[in-house]
Amino acid sequence: MAIIVVDVMLKPEILDPQGQAVASALPRLGFSFAQSVRQGKRFEIMMEGEPTQSQLAQVEEAAEKLLSNPVIETFVVRVES
Amino acid sequence: MRIGVVTFPGSLDDSSALRAIRLAGGTPVPLFHASDDLKEVEAIVLPGGFSYGDYLRCGAISRFAPIMSSIIVAAEHGFPVLGICNGFQILCESHLLPGALTRNQNLHFVCTDQALIIENTETPWTNGYAKGDRLVIPIKNGEGSFQASPETLHELENEGRVVLRYADKNPNGSQNDIAGISNKRGNVVGVMPHPEQAIESLTGPSEDGLIFFTSVLHTLVGR
Repeated sequence: MAIIVVDVMLKPEILDPQGQAVASALPRLGFSFAQSVRQGKRFEIMMEGEPTQSQLAQVEEAAEKLLSNPVIETFVVRVES
Repeated sequence: MRIGVVTFPGSLDDSSALRAIRLAGGTPVPLFHASDDLKEVEAIVLPGGFSYGDYLRCGAISRFAPIMSSIIVAAEHGFPVLGICNGFQILCESHLLPGALTRNQNLHFVCTDQALIIENTETPWTNGYAKGDRLVIPIKNGEGSFQASPETLHELENEGRVVLRYADKNPNGSQNDIAGISNKRGNVVGVMPHPEQAIESLTGPSEDGLIFFTSVLHTLVGR
């Protein structure tokens, strides 16, 4: 069984108020390490066996078409076994 | 004049949009997301709400509903389409309009009567207004912050495709105070405020929104 992980992040130039809210909550809890925080989405897609090249290409296509909005987001696909 | 309003799972303002069309003098026609039949309507409204629970991203799943494949083809042929709030988000996800609507800058769900300025009166949905008209129309959304690349913003501004702009204060961090835009051809318009909620003084803050619907009827009659 393989897990295909798709990480989706807002592009750096797009305002991320959720990340900003997390960043401002951290110091209230005494955590002073964060200069800034960006929040994203992670998809885990379960698959029987090792994915083939063509399946990975399909995941890339799905990530571009549905899982992310290329106008505001970028994505990375990777396989975890 | 038959004007369709699409109901998606989670649409909220479909009945208000149908009512606005009726009060403007048109024949409202309910359309359903799971069918690709446009029922011989001559214009379409994508209403507000939270289609598909706004899961994934607002409008992202609705964009692939069967009715959208018909609407995308019709829109590319010049058919008038108005997206209101969630409808605007669906139009952006469908790439019929550029840019995207993202989480409000202050993270708050904003529900208020909003002052707006009409910037473009060339579209079938706004030709009954005069440029610079000041409207008061409700906004109610959590993800209404319009974001686009600098090139896209430049293009929108240069080509006069900003249809509606927030006045007095920007409620959500939208770039250039943008509240509504059109496609290149002008037939597809998306607005975050809800004109269908400002059509009579009894139920809305003004009657300023009714002109969106009388405008499109006027356009269709003139064809």
